[in-house]
Amino acid sequence: MVIRALAALVRRDLALAARVGGSGALSLVFFLMIVAVVPFALGPDLNLLSRIGPSILWLAAVLATLIGLDRLFQADEEDGSLDLMTGAPVPLELVVLAKVLAHWLTTGLPLALASPLFGLLVALDGTAMGATALTLLIGTPALTFVGAVGAALTASIRRGGLILAVVVLPLMIPTLIFGVSASQAASGGTVPFATPLIILAALSLIAAVIGTLAAAAALRWSE
Amino acid sequence: MRLTASDLAVRRSGRRIFSDLSFTLGPGEALMVTGRNGAGKSTLLALLAGRLKPDAGTIRVEDVGEATLAECLHVVGHRDGLKSPLTARENLAFARDLLGAPTAEPREALEELGLVHALDLPVAYLSAGQRRRVALARLLVCRRPLWLLDEPTAALDTASQAVLARLMARHLGEGGLVVAATHQSLGLENARELTIGGAAPAPRAAPATEVWW
Repeated sequence: MVIRALAALVRRDLALAARVGGSGALSLVFFLMIVAVVPFALGPDLNLLSRIGPSILWLAAVLATLIGLDRLFQADEEDGSLDLMTGAPVPLELVVLAKVLAHWLTTGLPLALASPLFGLLVALDGTAMGATALTLLIGTPALTFVGAVGAALTASIRRGGLILAVVVLPLMIPTLIFGVSASQAASGGTVPFATPLIILAALSLIAAVIGTLAAAAALRWSE
Repeated sequence: MRLTASDLAVRRSGRRIFSDLSFTLGPGEALMVTGRNGAGKSTLLALLAGRLKPDAGTIRVEDVGEATLAECLHVVGHRDGLKSPLTARENLAFARDLLGAPTAEPREALEELGLVHALDLPVAYLSAGQRRRVALARLLVCRRPLWLLDEPTAALDTASQAVLARLMARHLGEGGLVVAATHQSLGLENARELTIGGAAPAPRAAPATEVWW
């Protein structure tokens, strides 16, 4: 029964993201805009671009994750769906987990999948492209789970997007550091690729546990 | 199930809403909560739904096994819990799967409320009264013994009010409980009435509830 409830939740959030006004495409387009504009700002130096390309992609990914995060719980809080979820025979932690998973599937995953394509815009070679996509795939769950805590804290604040960004951005920096260092280690350097990648995976796992518990606690507290 | 509230008191933003509120509700019993605007009717329902914590007093449920109070109740209030982009069918199917203990298909529930033609329409296209009827259809898609209704007749036409009265009577007949905050008669026989708050307080400056951002 728990599985059925959680599957319904994930299915509903995926359907909502796909409908008009959903946040699914928004963060992807925002990601594309940053990546497309940076080469114009830096000028036509291909060596420079390909050296800082992974950093640009990661920076864009962090900022794109922030877009749409504020509606993660706020939309449900406003229309009363959150009351429905607290009344479900499922722990609130699992509700949060299902919602964050659906959110990652509609924002983080498309970002990681599209990053090789966007890597072309910043003159990445094949290895760097694959490495960046892999690090984004492993690292974006950490961004989403960290962001979920901020989203839960600001769920009952109208126009809380700014506070959310201020609260959450510092907590995303470790993920950013290890994400970028892993993608740079793939195309040379003294550190083997696996070392920062494993730390990145660990960050995602830690964020999944702490983020879920903290977001559920924040939702309970705000009630 | 049996619901017992004793000596409830609640404050919101430092202001006392009500205190020393007690009632007991057994199977097949309905409670109409009345009172002037701002007396605390919705606050009482929020307490029962578990969204607010009382400052004093207790709320107990008996004869429900291991379920908590929040798992025994349906809430239909001003915030209807419907997602505008989704169709009525999707909204009801979601509620049924999330809340468990399904009893009816979304189509059957909407048929009872005379809204079957809206089954595959996005809820955003519906009028306020039709939206409310979709929210009320949620009461039928899965079984929960306690119905918490906050002004259920708001925006409903007279025919739908009669349908709602029939549904509530049937629910009570099956041993359910109904707590409804309302300003008008809901057409229920032998419903008890609980009036919150006495005379209206002297008007005073409203506290600033809006924060600056």
